[in-house]
Amino acid sequence: MSSPIKVATASLAGCFGCHMSLLDIDERLIDLVGHIQFDRSPLTDIKKVGPCDLGLIEGGVCNAENVEILKAFRRQCKILVAVGACAINGGVPAMRNQYSLAECLEEAYLHGTGIDNPQIPNDPELPLLLNQVHPIHEVVWIDYFLPGCPPSADTIFTFLDELLSGRPIQFAYQQIHYD
Amino acid sequence: MTNSFEIDGITVPFSNGQTIMDAALTAGIYIPHLCHNPEFKPHGSCRLCTVLINGRSVAACTTPAGEGIVVENETHELVTQRRLLLKLLFVEGNHTCPGCEKSGACQLQAVAYHCGMLAPEFVHFYPKRSIDASHPDTIIDFNRCILCELCVRASRDSDKKAVFNISGRGIQAHLTIDSPSGKLADSAFNSSDKAARVCPVGAILPKHKGYNIPIGQRLYDQAPISQVGDVAKHQEVADE
Ligand code: SF4
Ligand code: SF4
Ligand code: FES
Repeated sequence: MSSPIKVATASLAGCFGCHMSLLDIDERLIDLVGHIQFDRSPLTDIKKVGPCDLGLIEGGVCNAENVEILKAFRRQCKILVAVGACAINGGVPAMRNQYSLAECLEEAYLHGTGIDNPQIPNDPELPLLLNQVHPIHEVVWIDYFLPGCPPSADTIFTFLDELLSGRPIQFAYQQIHYD
Repeated sequence: MTNSFEIDGITVPFSNGQTIMDAALTAGIYIPHLCHNPEFKPHGSCRLCTVLINGRSVAACTTPAGEGIVVENETHELVTQRRLLLKLLFVEGNHTCPGCEKSGACQLQAVAYHCGMLAPEFVHFYPKRSIDASHPDTIIDFNRCILCELCVRASRDSDKKAVFNISGRGIQAHLTIDSPSGKLADSAFNSSDKAARVCPVGAILPKHKGYNIPIGQRLYDQAPISQVGDVAKHQEVADE
């Protein structure tokens, strides 16, 4: 392995669980460190994604900012991967697709239990919500999917290890699950 | 001399009247299936069990076994086709596996694992469907129904009640409950019915025991469906 590959990661409409699972690789991270250099990622605090070999996306798309970040990742990353249930099918956040956006906002900010000073937030800084939550493959082309809520550290490690070594990507039965 | 035929090069014995699926199940050869349960009359609707006989596509669960026929099952083409069908089933309903009590013991998941599906990949429909929690012991989550009609057959043929039915056609097809209000609580359904124990997915679930078996220790968590078999078979054992 010559120069390290550049990796960017992002959490869109997710819970950071997939990023936690990435860190759960534990001491095997040390094996990876020489081969991977992180670009934009919550782990580095670099804000803008540069040219990368690999992009890992956690979470689905629920607002306008998610769409922009996702498109920037697609422009910059040679391989873009949907990591986890939410990136793959919207996951738990997409359960709001059963209701209209107005119903969701009213329930959360106006009529829900224990709310004082009911008002729907409208600060211009806040990204606008989309009508529905979408899986990321509905917005950009995705090269690979790693299912799981979250995918286990073992699954993520197997994927990175096989990608780095150029072997075909294959998983043991227990490494693939949708929950 | 018993009759026999071939599945993927393996000789499979059969007796008269057996389907390809019956003979394969007896011989321990796995042909993916969702709407089939050997206790009920074959329905032939999910098409997951599609195999090739001398190059022709047939449903293994409805096609009689025949002397000397050559059946292809686990070929690259057939597995790819099954994966496609499975992806369509996933996007047609609302399958949020991380929030589903059936997860890990769900036959739709298990068949999808067997066929190597990593993601549904199509545009998701997100249909608006309801939940019927009216009954004290059983919950119906219409979001996860795959229209296999196993509950329909079980309620009609075993329980002699015909509580469940499928109405509408094509994308409008949906499960209905025969009761004045349309609710399960007002129907003749009882949680000891056969129909309570045949759903291959998380659409008909017993209440109050969803997490008795922890995630990770469930039927398909450690071993594939081709080894452990259908979930309905195991539900029977668990209830005894
Ligand atoms: S029924 Fe099966 S596939 Fe559907 S959400 Fe539940 S576990 Fe997932
Ligand atoms: S409720 Fe379950 S058993 Fe009945 S048709 Fe739907 S998936 Fe099949
Ligand atoms: S199992 Fe044969 S068509 Fe469904």
